[in-house]
Amino acid sequence: MSLIYPRDSLKAHPLNATPAYGSTVKRAPSKPLILLPHTLSETTGPVFGHTGVAAGDSDLTRQHQGEPLGERIIVSGRVLDEDGRPVPHTLVEIWQANAGGRYVHVRDQHPAPLDPNFTGAGRALTDAEGRYRFVTIKPGAYPWRNHHNAWRPAHIHFSLFGPSFLSRVITQMYFPGDPLFKYDPIFQSVTDERARERLISRFDLGTTEPEWALGYTFDIVLRGRNATPVEEPHDH
Amino acid sequence: MTTETQARQAAGPDFGITPSQTIGPFFAYALTPRAYGGPELATEQVAGEGVEGERIRIEGHVYDGDGAVVIDAMIEIWQADARGRFNTSGNAGFSGFGRAEATAEGGFHFETIRPGAIEGPGGTMQAPHLSVSVFARGILVRLATRIYFEGEPGNAADPVLALVPAERRETLIAKRDENGVYRFDIRLQGEGETAFFAA
Ligand SMILES: [Fe+3]
Repeated sequence: MSLIYPRDSLKAHPLNATPAYGSTVKRAPSKPLILLPHTLSETTGPVFGHTGVAAGDSDLTRQHQGEPLGERIIVSGRVLDEDGRPVPHTLVEIWQANAGGRYVHVRDQHPAPLDPNFTGAGRALTDAEGRYRFVTIKPGAYPWRNHHNAWRPAHIHFSLFGPSFLSRVITQMYFPGDPLFKYDPIFQSVTDERARERLISRFDLGTTEPEWALGYTFDIVLRGRNATPVEEPHDH
Repeated sequence: MTTETQARQAAGPDFGITPSQTIGPFFAYALTPRAYGGPELATEQVAGEGVEGERIRIEGHVYDGDGAVVIDAMIEIWQADARGRFNTSGNAGFSGFGRAEATAEGGFHFETIRPGAIEGPGGTMQAPHLSVSVFARGILVRLATRIYFEGEPGNAADPVLALVPAERRETLIAKRDENGVYRFDIRLQGEGETAFFAA
């Protein structure tokens, strides 16, 4: 399938120079970005088959002997392109804090307990319709030192490849109605309101499993449009 | 009605892309989990033994605008094989994709083969190069750049290097040291700032 990648779509992204997020101040490039033509180097990208994903990688509650503490949730959705077409068989990687807001990472010093039954890393491949599904626990909010009394809204980090180097994206999924949204410079770095709302999952009774886990839906739209939309033969 | 219209109706009215967010400081246990004993999707070994082509090693550091070493970055590379082909099946041991963490010592490296030249826009040829993505705490949108190679005759006619202001081109060219290792440092900001692309 041949895809085009409109540059206008990039306006949804935050600016790297977002001073309210302190770590950007010394890390954002100061010179203008150079417009890169979309050559074969950009329109191709790695393909990950089932070799990269083991059975059980998508259930973060069953990676240890016991069950993790916290609110069990199902996070599912579709990966789509800019035309709304599913992106099938593409890799989704996630990572997150535990229910207490603590990451397994060695440099996370937040004084909340680690959970011996939770690592917080998962992988899945989308199916033929672009669907993915994870079982995990709801991550806690956690403090950070960006400014006085700074707390990150609960979030799950997502990494996706899509069809090419151009569709590669790392993002974060948030939960609906979080009171921390308005204070969080990372969430607010996305200045377009509609784009920002695309980062928020929806509570979904339809994927909620009775007596088991709440369902949240998070659809992800990657760069890329079909170069030649196909007309159906019998339509007028 | 086109299938595109049907797809739009099925999935809702809004197809803007999902915005990027920072990788944050704590990705390693998921994305580069060697130290945590986790399964690695990809590593700094892009080409295994026996893959056709000249084997090369690339080493570098990431620096911030103060010249301080960045120790929480992830670098990914994407490249053609020695004959300039992408995604070739039948080239066992070569994925074309590498992923490395900039470690606490601040360095990253890749072991791969020198890619071939590839077709560029308008019948031009692009000199051998690697496509690079830089992710880190404080980087809200992936930074895209390229690694070219010192002494490569094709560099002079490369259509992408030609878009880079002459005084900044050197920031994209890996230099070979006395041990034969290519050095490629990434400077996010300020003096010697690496040329980054809007892809
Ligand atoms: Fe986080």
